[in-house]
Amino acid sequence: MRIQVASENSFIIYFNDVIAASTSAQIGACTAYLRQSMGPVLVDLVPSYASLLVIYHQHLADHYAVKQMLRAAIEQVADESVSEGKLVHLPVYYSEESGPDLAMMAQRANLSIEATIDLHQSMAYQVYAIGFAPGFAYLGEVDKRLAAPRIATPRLKVPKGAVAIADRQTAVYPSQSPGGWNLIGLCPTPMFNPAEQPPMPVNVGDQIKFEAISRAEFLQQGGDEQLLLEPIV
Amino acid sequence: MSLLVKQPGLLSLLQDSGRYGAHNIGLTTGGPLDREAFDWANRLLGNDTDACAIELSFGGLQLQAQVDTYIAVTGAKLPLTIDGQEVDQWTSHKVKAGSRINLGFATQGCRAYVAVAGGLQTPMSFGSRSTVAREKMGGINGGKLVDGDLLDCCETTHLQTYTLLEEQRPQYPEDVDLRVVLGYQEDLFNEQTKQMFFTSTYTMTDRADRMGMRLEGPNVACGSSQMLSEGICHGAIQIPADGQPIVLLNDRQTIGGYPKIGSVIARDTARLAQLRPGNSVQFNAIDIHQAHNINALAVYRYNNTQLTAIDE
Repeated sequence: MRIQVASENSFIIYFNDVIAASTSAQIGACTAYLRQSMGPVLVDLVPSYASLLVIYHQHLADHYAVKQMLRAAIEQVADESVSEGKLVHLPVYYSEESGPDLAMMAQRANLSIEATIDLHQSMAYQVYAIGFAPGFAYLGEVDKRLAAPRIATPRLKVPKGAVAIADRQTAVYPSQSPGGWNLIGLCPTPMFNPAEQPPMPVNVGDQIKFEAISRAEFLQQGGDEQLLLEPIV
Repeated sequence: MSLLVKQPGLLSLLQDSGRYGAHNIGLTTGGPLDREAFDWANRLLGNDTDACAIELSFGGLQLQAQVDTYIAVTGAKLPLTIDGQEVDQWTSHKVKAGSRINLGFATQGCRAYVAVAGGLQTPMSFGSRSTVAREKMGGINGGKLVDGDLLDCCETTHLQTYTLLEEQRPQYPEDVDLRVVLGYQEDLFNEQTKQMFFTSTYTMTDRADRMGMRLEGPNVACGSSQMLSEGICHGAIQIPADGQPIVLLNDRQTIGGYPKIGSVIARDTARLAQLRPGNSVQFNAIDIHQAHNINALAVYRYNNTQLTAIDE
Protein backbone atom coordinates (compact mmCIF):
# COMPACT_ATOMS: atom_id res chain seq x y z
CA MET A 1 0.00 0.00 0.00
CA ARG A 2 1.50 3.32 -1.02
CA ILE A 3 0.07 6.85 -1.09
CA GLN A 4 1.69 8.99 -3.78
CA VAL A 5 1.19 12.63 -4.78
CA ALA A 6 -0.44 12.88 -8.21
CA SER A 7 -0.93 16.66 -8.49
CA GLU A 8 -1.44 19.86 -6.49
CA ASN A 9 -4.84 18.52 -5.37
CA SER A 10 -4.79 14.75 -5.77
CA PHE A 11 -3.23 11.62 -4.32
CA ILE A 12 -3.11 8.18 -5.87
CA ILE A 13 -3.26 5.15 -3.58
CA TYR A 14 -1.53 2.05 -4.98
CA PHE A 15 -3.03 -1.11 -3.46
CA ASN A 16 -1.07 -3.66 -5.49
CA ASP A 17 1.30 -4.01 -8.47
CA VAL A 18 -0.73 -6.71 -10.17
CA ILE A 19 -4.38 -7.37 -11.00
CA ALA A 20 -6.23 -9.36 -8.34
CA ALA A 21 -9.93 -9.76 -7.59
CA SER A 22 -9.28 -9.24 -3.86
CA THR A 23 -7.47 -5.94 -4.56
CA SER A 24 -10.35 -4.80 -6.74
CA ALA A 25 -12.86 -5.52 -3.96
CA GLN A 26 -10.68 -3.58 -1.51
CA ILE A 27 -10.52 -0.60 -3.90
CA GLY A 28 -14.31 -0.72 -4.31
CA ALA A 29 -14.75 -0.67 -0.53
CA CYS A 30 -12.23 2.16 -0.04
CA THR A 31 -13.97 4.22 -2.76
CA ALA A 32 -17.33 3.83 -1.03
CA TYR A 33 -15.81 4.66 2.37
CA LEU A 34 -14.05 7.84 1.16
CA ARG A 35 -17.18 9.05 -0.61
CA GLN A 36 -18.88 8.99 2.81
CA SER A 37 -16.02 10.09 5.06
CA MET A 38 -14.39 12.97 3.14
CA GLY A 39 -17.49 15.16 2.89
CA PRO A 40 -17.05 18.47 1.06
CA VAL A 41 -13.26 18.02 0.88
CA LEU A 42 -13.76 15.38 -1.82
CA VAL A 43 -13.91 16.48 -5.47
CA ASP A 44 -13.81 13.14 -7.27
CA LEU A 45 -12.57 9.53 -7.15
CA VAL A 46 -11.15 7.32 -9.90
CA PRO A 47 -10.92 3.67 -8.84
CA SER A 48 -8.99 1.48 -11.28
CA TYR A 49 -7.23 -1.94 -11.54
CA ALA A 50 -4.86 -1.58 -8.59
CA SER A 51 -5.12 2.09 -7.62
CA LEU A 52 -7.49 4.81 -6.48
CA LEU A 53 -7.05 8.47 -7.48
CA VAL A 54 -8.47 10.89 -4.89
CA ILE A 55 -9.01 14.52 -5.95
CA TYR A 56 -9.67 17.05 -3.14
CA HIS A 57 -10.46 20.72 -2.59
CA GLN A 58 -7.11 22.23 -1.71
CA HIS A 59 -8.75 25.30 -0.18
CA LEU A 60 -10.73 23.17 2.29
CA ALA A 61 -7.96 20.85 3.48
CA ASP A 62 -4.20 20.73 3.01
CA HIS A 63 -2.41 17.64 1.80
CA TYR A 64 -1.39 16.54 5.33
CA ALA A 65 -5.02 16.45 6.42
CA VAL A 66 -6.09 14.61 3.28
CA LYS A 67 -3.30 12.04 3.65
CA GLN A 68 -4.55 11.37 7.18
CA MET A 69 -8.07 10.80 5.83
CA LEU A 70 -6.70 8.34 3.29
CA ARG A 71 -4.68 6.43 5.92
CA ALA A 72 -7.76 6.19 8.12
CA ALA A 73 -9.85 4.88 5.21
CA ILE A 74 -7.25 2.27 4.29
CA GLU A 75 -7.10 1.04 7.91
CA GLN A 76 -10.86 0.98 8.21
CA VAL A 77 -11.28 -1.04 5.02
CA ALA A 78 -8.52 -3.45 6.06
CA ASP A 79 -10.19 -3.99 9.45
CA GLU A 80 -13.55 -4.92 8.03
CA SER A 81 -13.42 -8.22 6.25
CA VAL A 82 -13.91 -6.71 2.79
CA SER A 83 -17.15 -7.86 1.25
CA GLU A 84 -16.83 -8.97 -2.33
CA GLY A 85 -19.04 -6.29 -3.83
CA LYS A 86 -22.35 -7.20 -5.42
CA LEU A 87 -22.89 -9.80 -8.12
CA VAL A 88 -24.92 -8.54 -11.08
CA HIS A 89 -26.38 -10.86 -13.73
CA LEU A 90 -26.50 -9.53 -17.29
CA PRO A 91 -28.39 -11.27 -20.11
CA VAL A 92 -26.59 -11.77 -23.45
CA TYR A 93 -27.95 -12.90 -26.79
CA TYR A 94 -24.89 -14.75 -28.09
CA SER A 95 -25.14 -15.63 -31.78
CA GLU A 96 -23.48 -15.06 -35.11
CA GLU A 97 -26.09 -12.43 -36.04
CA SER A 98 -25.48 -10.48 -32.78
CA GLY A 99 -21.77 -11.27 -32.47
CA PRO A 100 -19.94 -11.12 -35.79
CA ASP A 101 -16.66 -12.40 -34.29
CA LEU A 102 -18.18 -15.35 -32.39
CA ALA A 103 -17.42 -17.97 -35.07
CA MET A 104 -13.84 -16.75 -35.42
CA MET A 105 -13.40 -16.78 -31.62
CA ALA A 106 -14.72 -20.37 -31.46
CA GLN A 107 -12.37 -21.44 -34.23
CA ARG A 108 -9.42 -19.79 -32.53
CA ALA A 109 -10.28 -21.56 -29.24
CA ASN A 110 -10.83 -24.84 -31.09
CA LEU A 111 -14.29 -25.08 -29.54
CA SER A 112 -17.83 -25.31 -30.86
CA ILE A 113 -19.85 -22.09 -30.80
CA GLU A 114 -21.97 -23.51 -27.96
CA ALA A 115 -18.88 -24.38 -25.91
CA THR A 116 -17.45 -20.90 -26.51
CA ILE A 117 -20.65 -19.29 -25.24
CA ASP A 118 -20.69 -21.61 -22.21
CA LEU A 119 -17.11 -20.74 -21.40
CA HIS A 120 -17.82 -16.99 -21.51
CA GLN A 121 -20.91 -17.25 -19.29
CA SER A 122 -19.44 -19.83 -16.91
CA MET A 123 -17.67 -17.40 -14.60
CA ALA A 124 -18.20 -14.22 -12.67
CA TYR A 125 -16.00 -11.35 -13.86
CA GLN A 126 -14.57 -8.67 -11.63
CA VAL A 127 -15.30 -5.01 -12.56
CA TYR A 128 -11.71 -3.74 -12.55
CA ALA A 129 -12.09 -0.26 -13.98
CA ILE A 130 -14.59 2.07 -15.62
CA GLY A 131 -13.37 4.57 -18.20
CA PHE A 132 -12.53 5.09 -21.89
CA ALA A 133 -16.14 6.25 -22.35
CA PRO A 134 -19.02 6.89 -19.92
CA GLY A 135 -20.17 3.54 -18.56
CA PHE A 136 -17.45 1.41 -20.18
CA ALA A 137 -16.51 -1.26 -17.59
CA TYR A 138 -13.37 -3.35 -17.99
CA LEU A 139 -14.18 -6.89 -16.78
CA GLY A 140 -11.78 -9.75 -16.24
CA GLU A 141 -10.39 -12.15 -16.70
CA VAL A 142 -11.82 -14.40 -19.41
CA ASP A 143 -10.58 -17.97 -19.85
CA LYS A 144 -7.19 -18.11 -21.63
CA ARG A 145 -8.80 -19.90 -24.57
CA LEU A 146 -11.04 -16.88 -25.18
CA ALA A 147 -8.23 -14.34 -25.07
CA ALA A 148 -7.99 -12.66 -28.48
CA PRO A 149 -6.10 -9.60 -29.69
CA ARG A 150 -8.04 -6.58 -30.87
CA ILE A 151 -9.15 -6.77 -34.51
CA ALA A 152 -6.71 -5.33 -37.05
CA THR A 153 -9.02 -2.59 -38.32
CA PRO A 154 -11.25 -1.18 -35.59
CA ARG A 155 -14.93 -0.92 -36.48
CA LEU A 156 -16.32 2.57 -36.93
CA LYS A 157 -19.63 1.59 -35.35
CA VAL A 158 -19.80 -0.94 -32.56
CA PRO A 159 -23.45 -1.06 -31.48
CA LYS A 160 -24.67 -0.18 -28.01
CA GLY A 161 -24.85 -3.34 -25.90
CA ALA A 162 -22.18 -5.24 -27.86
CA VAL A 163 -20.47 -7.84 -25.65
CA ALA A 164 -16.82 -7.91 -26.52
CA ILE A 165 -13.43 -9.45 -25.73
CA ALA A 166 -9.90 -8.03 -26.02
CA ASP A 167 -6.98 -10.00 -24.62
CA ARG A 168 -8.27 -11.39 -21.32
CA GLN A 169 -10.74 -8.56 -20.77
CA THR A 170 -14.40 -8.47 -21.62
CA ALA A 171 -16.88 -5.57 -21.71
CA VAL A 172 -20.31 -4.38 -22.80
CA TYR A 173 -20.21 -1.27 -25.04
CA PRO A 174 -22.40 1.28 -23.20
CA SER A 175 -23.18 3.29 -26.34
CA GLN A 176 -22.49 3.11 -30.05
CA SER A 177 -18.85 3.99 -30.65
CA PRO A 178 -15.80 3.04 -32.69
CA GLY A 179 -14.04 0.01 -31.25
CA GLY A 180 -11.51 -2.75 -31.88
CA TRP A 181 -12.73 -5.48 -29.53
CA ASN A 182 -14.06 -8.86 -30.76
CA LEU A 183 -17.87 -8.94 -30.69
CA ILE A 184 -19.64 -12.08 -29.49
CA GLY A 185 -23.17 -11.00 -28.54
CA LEU A 186 -25.58 -8.26 -27.51
CA CYS A 187 -26.80 -7.33 -24.04
CA PRO A 188 -30.25 -5.67 -23.79
CA THR A 189 -29.57 -4.16 -20.33
CA PRO A 190 -28.28 -0.57 -20.60
CA MET A 191 -24.81 -0.18 -19.06
CA PHE A 192 -25.13 3.58 -18.91
CA ASN A 193 -28.41 5.41 -18.47
CA PRO A 194 -28.08 9.07 -17.41
CA ALA A 195 -31.79 9.15 -16.50
CA GLU A 196 -31.39 6.37 -13.90
CA GLN A 197 -29.96 6.61 -10.39
CA PRO A 198 -27.46 4.99 -10.28
CA PRO A 199 -26.72 5.39 -14.00
CA MET A 200 -24.68 2.15 -14.10
CA PRO A 201 -25.68 -1.30 -12.77
CA VAL A 202 -22.17 -1.88 -11.33
CA ASN A 203 -19.26 -0.14 -9.56
CA VAL A 204 -15.57 -0.96 -9.56
CA GLY A 205 -15.19 -3.88 -7.13
CA ASP A 206 -18.50 -5.57 -8.12
CA GLN A 207 -18.83 -8.71 -10.22
CA ILE A 208 -20.78 -9.49 -13.39
CA LYS A 209 -22.01 -12.87 -14.59
CA PHE A 210 -23.39 -13.20 -18.10
CA GLU A 211 -26.37 -15.44 -18.90
CA ALA A 212 -27.25 -16.59 -22.39
CA ILE A 213 -30.73 -15.65 -23.61
CA SER A 214 -32.56 -16.40 -26.87
CA ARG A 215 -33.32 -14.00 -29.69
CA ALA A 216 -36.93 -13.76 -28.49
CA GLU A 217 -35.83 -13.00 -24.92
CA PHE A 218 -33.40 -10.37 -26.19
CA LEU A 219 -36.24 -8.55 -27.95
CA GLN A 220 -38.58 -9.04 -24.99
CA GLN A 221 -36.05 -7.45 -22.65
CA GLY A 222 -35.83 -4.32 -24.76
CA GLY A 223 -33.09 -5.33 -27.20
CA ASP A 224 -33.06 -3.30 -30.43
CA GLU A 225 -34.36 -5.42 -33.32
CA GLN A 226 -32.76 -3.03 -35.79
CA LEU A 227 -29.34 -4.27 -34.63
CA LEU A 228 -30.27 -7.79 -35.78
CA LEU A 229 -31.76 -6.72 -39.10
CA GLU A 230 -28.74 -4.73 -40.23
CA PRO A 231 -25.73 -7.00 -39.91
CA ILE A 232 -22.86 -5.61 -37.80
CA VAL A 233 -19.86 -5.28 -40.09
CA MET B 1 -35.48 34.61 -23.63
CA SER B 2 -32.18 33.70 -25.11
CA LEU B 3 -29.12 34.46 -27.21
CA LEU B 4 -29.33 33.26 -30.80
CA VAL B 5 -26.20 31.82 -32.41
CA LYS B 6 -25.89 33.47 -35.84
CA GLN B 7 -22.43 32.05 -36.51
CA PRO B 8 -20.75 29.55 -34.20
CA GLY B 9 -17.09 30.22 -35.06
CA LEU B 10 -14.48 27.45 -35.16
CA LEU B 11 -15.22 25.83 -31.82
CA SER B 12 -17.62 27.39 -29.35
CA LEU B 13 -18.68 25.34 -26.35
CA LEU B 14 -20.90 25.96 -23.37
CA GLN B 15 -18.90 25.54 -20.16
CA ASP B 16 -19.64 26.00 -16.48
CA SER B 17 -17.04 25.18 -13.84
CA GLY B 18 -17.12 21.49 -14.81
CA ARG B 19 -18.66 18.14 -14.00
CA TYR B 20 -17.50 16.62 -10.72
CA GLY B 21 -18.28 13.43 -8.84
CA ALA B 22 -18.86 11.15 -11.84
CA HIS B 23 -15.30 10.03 -12.65
CA ASN B 24 -16.15 6.62 -11.21
CA ILE B 25 -18.56 5.97 -14.09
CA GLY B 26 -16.12 7.27 -16.68
CA LEU B 27 -17.27 10.88 -17.05
CA THR B 28 -14.54 13.47 -17.38
CA THR B 29 -14.60 17.02 -16.00
CA GLY B 30 -14.99 19.37 -18.95
CA GLY B 31 -15.15 23.01 -17.87
CA PRO B 32 -13.17 26.08 -19.00
CA LEU B 33 -9.60 25.49 -20.20
CA ASP B 34 -8.66 28.91 -18.83
CA ARG B 35 -10.42 29.05 -15.48
CA GLU B 36 -8.96 32.46 -14.66
CA ALA B 37 -10.43 34.21 -17.71
CA PHE B 38 -13.73 32.34 -17.20
CA ASP B 39 -13.90 33.50 -13.57
CA TRP B 40 -13.32 37.15 -14.50
CA ALA B 41 -16.06 37.04 -17.14
CA ASN B 42 -18.60 35.85 -14.56
CA ARG B 43 -17.33 38.21 -11.87
CA LEU B 44 -17.72 41.25 -14.14
CA LEU B 45 -21.45 40.44 -14.22
CA GLY B 46 -21.82 39.49 -10.58
CA ASN B 47 -22.60 35.87 -11.57
CA ASP B 48 -22.07 32.75 -9.49
CA THR B 49 -18.58 31.31 -9.90
CA ASP B 50 -19.92 28.30 -11.79
CA ALA B 51 -22.34 30.16 -14.09
CA CYS B 52 -22.39 28.76 -17.62
CA ALA B 53 -20.57 30.80 -20.30
CA ILE B 54 -19.35 30.26 -23.87
CA GLU B 55 -15.74 29.21 -24.48
CA LEU B 56 -14.53 30.14 -27.96
CA SER B 57 -11.38 28.69 -29.43
CA PHE B 58 -9.77 31.10 -31.95
CA GLY B 59 -12.96 33.16 -32.31
CA GLY B 60 -15.47 33.92 -35.05
CA LEU B 61 -18.65 33.83 -32.97
CA GLN B 62 -21.71 35.97 -33.80
CA LEU B 63 -24.69 36.20 -31.47
CA GLN B 64 -27.97 38.07 -31.46
CA ALA B 65 -29.56 38.95 -28.13
CA GLN B 66 -33.28 38.09 -28.00
CA VAL B 67 -33.61 39.76 -24.62
CA ASP B 68 -32.21 42.78 -22.74
CA THR B 69 -29.18 41.60 -20.84
CA TYR B 70 -25.50 42.24 -20.07
CA ILE B 71 -22.41 40.45 -21.36
CA ALA B 72 -18.67 40.40 -20.68
CA VAL B 73 -15.90 38.96 -22.87
CA THR B 74 -12.52 37.96 -21.41
CA GLY B 75 -9.55 35.78 -22.36
CA ALA B 76 -7.86 35.88 -25.77
CA LYS B 77 -7.61 39.33 -27.31
CA LEU B 78 -10.01 39.68 -30.23
CA PRO B 79 -12.09 42.36 -31.98
CA LEU B 80 -15.45 42.74 -30.21
CA THR B 81 -18.40 44.78 -31.47
CA ILE B 82 -21.95 45.32 -30.27
CA ASP B 83 -24.19 46.58 -33.10
CA GLY B 84 -21.08 47.52 -35.05
CA GLN B 85 -19.58 49.60 -32.22
CA GLU B 86 -16.17 48.48 -31.04
CA VAL B 87 -16.24 47.78 -27.29
CA ASP B 88 -13.71 46.71 -24.66
CA GLN B 89 -13.07 43.22 -23.40
CA TRP B 90 -12.77 42.64 -19.64
CA THR B 91 -15.76 44.96 -19.25
CA SER B 92 -19.48 44.36 -18.77
CA HIS B 93 -21.78 45.83 -21.44
CA LYS B 94 -25.50 46.28 -21.81
CA VAL B 95 -27.06 44.60 -24.85
CA LYS B 96 -30.64 45.16 -25.98
CA ALA B 97 -33.00 42.65 -27.52
CA GLY B 98 -32.05 42.53 -31.20
CA SER B 99 -28.43 43.60 -30.63
CA ARG B 100 -25.73 41.86 -32.68
CA ILE B 101 -22.62 40.76 -30.81
CA ASN B 102 -19.68 39.96 -33.07
CA LEU B 103 -16.39 38.41 -31.97
CA GLY B 104 -13.55 38.32 -34.49
CA PHE B 105 -10.49 36.10 -34.48
CA ALA B 106 -7.98 36.11 -31.65
CA THR B 107 -4.79 38.12 -32.14
CA GLN B 108 -3.28 37.19 -28.77
CA GLY B 109 -4.12 34.02 -26.89
CA CYS B 110 -6.51 31.39 -28.14
CA ARG B 111 -9.53 30.93 -25.82
CA ALA B 112 -12.06 33.66 -25.05
CA TYR B 113 -15.09 33.59 -22.75
CA VAL B 114 -18.49 35.19 -23.23
CA ALA B 115 -20.49 35.39 -20.02
CA VAL B 116 -24.08 36.57 -19.75
CA ALA B 117 -25.81 38.12 -16.72
CA GLY B 118 -27.21 35.29 -14.60
CA GLY B 119 -25.42 32.64 -16.67
CA LEU B 120 -26.77 30.55 -19.54
CA GLN B 121 -29.65 28.34 -18.42
CA THR B 122 -29.20 25.27 -20.60
CA PRO B 123 -30.11 21.79 -19.29
CA MET B 124 -27.79 20.06 -16.81
CA SER B 125 -26.46 16.56 -17.03
CA PHE B 126 -24.75 15.02 -14.02
CA GLY B 127 -24.92 18.36 -12.23
CA SER B 128 -23.20 20.39 -14.94
CA ARG B 129 -23.87 22.25 -18.20
CA SER B 130 -20.30 21.75 -19.44
CA THR B 131 -19.97 20.34 -22.95
CA VAL B 132 -17.76 17.31 -23.48
CA ALA B 133 -18.20 16.52 -27.18
CA ARG B 134 -16.42 13.15 -26.93
CA GLU B 135 -19.01 12.02 -24.36
CA LYS B 136 -21.96 13.83 -26.01
CA MET B 137 -22.53 15.44 -22.60
CA GLY B 138 -23.84 18.90 -21.71
CA GLY B 139 -24.19 21.92 -24.01
CA ILE B 140 -27.21 21.99 -26.32
CA ASN B 141 -27.08 18.48 -27.76
CA GLY B 142 -23.79 17.32 -26.30
CA GLY B 143 -21.80 19.12 -28.97
CA LYS B 144 -20.34 22.45 -30.06
CA LEU B 145 -22.60 25.40 -30.88
CA VAL B 146 -24.15 25.51 -34.34
CA ASP B 147 -26.08 28.14 -36.33
CA GLY B 148 -29.53 28.73 -34.92
CA ASP B 149 -28.86 27.41 -31.41
CA LEU B 150 -30.88 29.29 -28.80
CA LEU B 151 -29.06 29.75 -25.51
CA ASP B 152 -31.52 30.39 -22.70
CA CYS B 153 -30.77 33.26 -20.35
CA CYS B 154 -32.83 35.60 -18.20
CA GLU B 155 -33.76 39.23 -18.79
CA THR B 156 -31.60 41.74 -16.91
CA THR B 157 -32.47 45.40 -17.34
CA HIS B 158 -30.40 47.08 -14.62
CA LEU B 159 -26.91 46.09 -13.63
CA GLN B 160 -23.90 48.14 -12.57
CA THR B 161 -21.23 47.72 -15.26
CA TYR B 162 -17.57 47.22 -14.39
CA THR B 163 -14.20 46.96 -16.01
CA LEU B 164 -11.00 45.26 -14.99
CA LEU B 165 -8.25 47.85 -15.48
CA GLU B 166 -5.76 47.06 -18.21
CA GLU B 167 -2.83 46.57 -15.81
CA GLN B 168 -4.87 44.03 -13.84
CA ARG B 169 -5.71 41.88 -16.85
CA PRO B 170 -3.86 38.60 -17.51
CA GLN B 171 -1.39 38.67 -20.39
CA TYR B 172 -1.04 35.88 -22.92
CA PRO B 173 2.62 35.54 -23.90
CA GLU B 174 3.70 33.00 -26.53
CA ASP B 175 6.24 31.43 -24.22
CA VAL B 176 5.14 30.19 -20.80
CA ASP B 177 6.53 28.50 -17.71
CA LEU B 178 4.54 25.52 -16.51
CA ARG B 179 4.99 24.69 -12.83
CA VAL B 180 4.95 20.96 -12.20
CA VAL B 181 4.29 19.05 -8.98
CA LEU B 182 6.36 15.86 -9.30
CA GLY B 183 4.32 12.74 -8.67
CA TYR B 184 2.84 9.52 -10.06
CA GLN B 185 5.72 7.54 -11.68
CA GLU B 186 8.39 10.24 -11.20
CA ASP B 187 10.68 7.53 -9.71
CA LEU B 188 10.79 5.76 -13.09
CA PHE B 189 12.54 8.80 -14.62
CA ASN B 190 16.25 8.96 -13.82
CA GLU B 191 17.97 12.17 -12.72
CA GLN B 192 19.45 12.81 -16.15
CA THR B 193 16.08 12.52 -17.84
CA LYS B 194 14.44 14.77 -15.26
CA GLN B 195 17.17 17.36 -15.71
CA MET B 196 16.66 17.27 -19.46
CA PHE B 197 12.92 17.66 -19.03
CA PHE B 198 13.20 20.63 -16.69
CA THR B 199 15.91 22.51 -18.61
CA SER B 200 14.63 22.10 -22.18
CA THR B 201 12.16 24.09 -24.21
CA TYR B 202 9.18 22.24 -25.66
CA THR B 203 7.09 23.39 -28.60
CA MET B 204 3.31 23.21 -28.90
CA THR B 205 2.27 20.96 -31.77
CA ASP B 206 -0.98 21.09 -33.72
CA ARG B 207 -2.11 17.92 -31.97
CA ALA B 208 -3.63 19.94 -29.19
CA ASP B 209 -7.24 19.93 -28.09
CA ARG B 210 -9.40 19.94 -24.98
CA MET B 211 -8.24 16.41 -24.11
CA GLY B 212 -4.58 17.27 -24.06
CA MET B 213 -1.69 19.20 -25.56
CA ARG B 214 1.12 17.31 -27.27
CA LEU B 215 4.48 19.00 -27.01
CA GLU B 216 7.64 18.41 -28.99
CA GLY B 217 11.22 18.49 -27.74
CA PRO B 218 13.99 16.34 -26.26
CA ASN B 219 13.02 12.70 -25.72
CA VAL B 220 12.33 12.02 -22.03
CA ALA B 221 10.99 8.45 -22.24
CA CYS B 222 11.53 6.49 -19.03
CA GLY B 223 11.96 3.10 -20.69
CA SER B 224 9.02 1.59 -18.86
CA SER B 225 5.90 0.95 -20.88
CA GLN B 226 3.57 -1.75 -19.49
CA MET B 227 1.51 -0.17 -16.75
CA LEU B 228 -1.92 -0.88 -15.32
CA SER B 229 -4.40 1.82 -16.31
CA GLU B 230 -4.94 4.27 -13.47
CA GLY B 231 -6.80 7.50 -12.73
CA ILE B 232 -5.50 10.57 -14.59
CA CYS B 233 -5.84 13.95 -12.92
CA HIS B 234 -6.08 17.36 -14.57
CA GLY B 235 -2.66 18.60 -15.71
CA ALA B 236 -0.98 15.16 -15.62
CA ILE B 237 2.06 14.96 -17.89
CA GLN B 238 2.02 11.68 -19.73
CA ILE B 239 5.22 10.49 -21.41
CA PRO B 240 4.50 7.73 -23.95
CA ALA B 241 7.23 5.57 -25.50
CA ASP B 242 8.15 8.29 -28.04
CA GLY B 243 9.33 10.45 -25.12
CA GLN B 244 7.21 13.45 -26.13
CA PRO B 245 5.12 14.91 -23.28
CA ILE B 246 1.34 15.27 -23.40
CA VAL B 247 -0.29 17.55 -20.82
CA LEU B 248 -3.77 16.18 -20.12
CA LEU B 249 -6.57 18.71 -19.77
CA ASN B 250 -10.28 19.05 -19.03
CA ASP B 251 -11.66 16.50 -21.53
CA ARG B 252 -9.00 13.81 -20.83
CA GLN B 253 -10.02 10.20 -20.46
CA THR B 254 -10.37 9.37 -16.77
CA ILE B 255 -7.97 6.39 -16.88
CA GLY B 256 -4.85 5.59 -18.87
CA GLY B 257 -1.72 3.48 -18.78
CA TYR B 258 1.21 5.71 -19.79
CA PRO B 259 3.91 6.76 -17.29
CA LYS B 260 3.46 10.25 -15.83
CA ILE B 261 6.22 12.40 -14.38
CA GLY B 262 3.91 14.74 -12.45
CA SER B 263 1.21 17.31 -13.07
CA VAL B 264 1.09 20.96 -14.18
CA ILE B 265 -0.80 23.17 -11.71
CA ALA B 266 -4.20 24.38 -12.97
CA ARG B 267 -3.13 28.01 -12.79
CA ASP B 268 -0.54 27.23 -15.49
CA THR B 269 -2.63 24.90 -17.66
CA ALA B 270 -4.80 28.01 -18.09
CA ARG B 271 -1.79 29.70 -19.75
CA LEU B 272 -0.98 26.59 -21.77
CA ALA B 273 -4.52 26.61 -23.16
CA GLN B 274 -3.89 30.11 -24.58
CA LEU B 275 -0.93 28.93 -26.70
CA ARG B 276 -0.94 28.08 -30.39
CA PRO B 277 1.09 25.54 -32.38
CA GLY B 278 4.70 26.69 -32.53
CA ASN B 279 4.61 28.52 -29.17
CA SER B 280 6.93 27.24 -26.47
CA VAL B 281 6.92 26.12 -22.84
CA GLN B 282 9.43 25.30 -20.11
CA PHE B 283 8.62 23.01 -17.21
CA ASN B 284 9.63 23.99 -13.66
CA ALA B 285 9.53 21.54 -10.76
CA ILE B 286 7.88 22.73 -7.57
CA ASP B 287 6.83 20.77 -4.51
CA ILE B 288 3.32 20.48 -3.16
CA HIS B 289 3.93 23.14 -0.46
CA GLN B 290 4.95 25.66 -3.08
CA ALA B 291 1.90 24.75 -5.15
CA HIS B 292 -0.40 25.38 -2.21
CA ASN B 293 1.32 28.69 -1.46
CA ILE B 294 1.03 29.83 -5.07
CA ASN B 295 -2.66 28.98 -5.09
CA ALA B 296 -3.41 30.58 -1.73
CA LEU B 297 -1.70 33.80 -2.84
CA ALA B 298 -3.52 33.80 -6.16
CA VAL B 299 -6.90 33.41 -4.42
CA TYR B 300 -6.00 36.24 -2.04
CA ARG B 301 -5.00 38.46 -4.93
CA TYR B 302 -8.11 37.65 -6.96
CA ASN B 303 -10.38 38.40 -4.00
CA ASN B 304 -8.59 41.68 -3.31
CA THR B 305 -8.58 42.93 -6.86
CA GLN B 306 -11.28 45.57 -7.18
CA LEU B 307 -13.31 45.97 -10.32
CA THR B 308 -13.78 49.57 -11.48
CA ALA B 309 -17.39 50.72 -11.78
CA ILE B 310 -18.37 52.46 -15.03
CA ASP B 311 -20.72 55.45 -14.88
CA GLU B 312 -23.35 55.29 -17.58
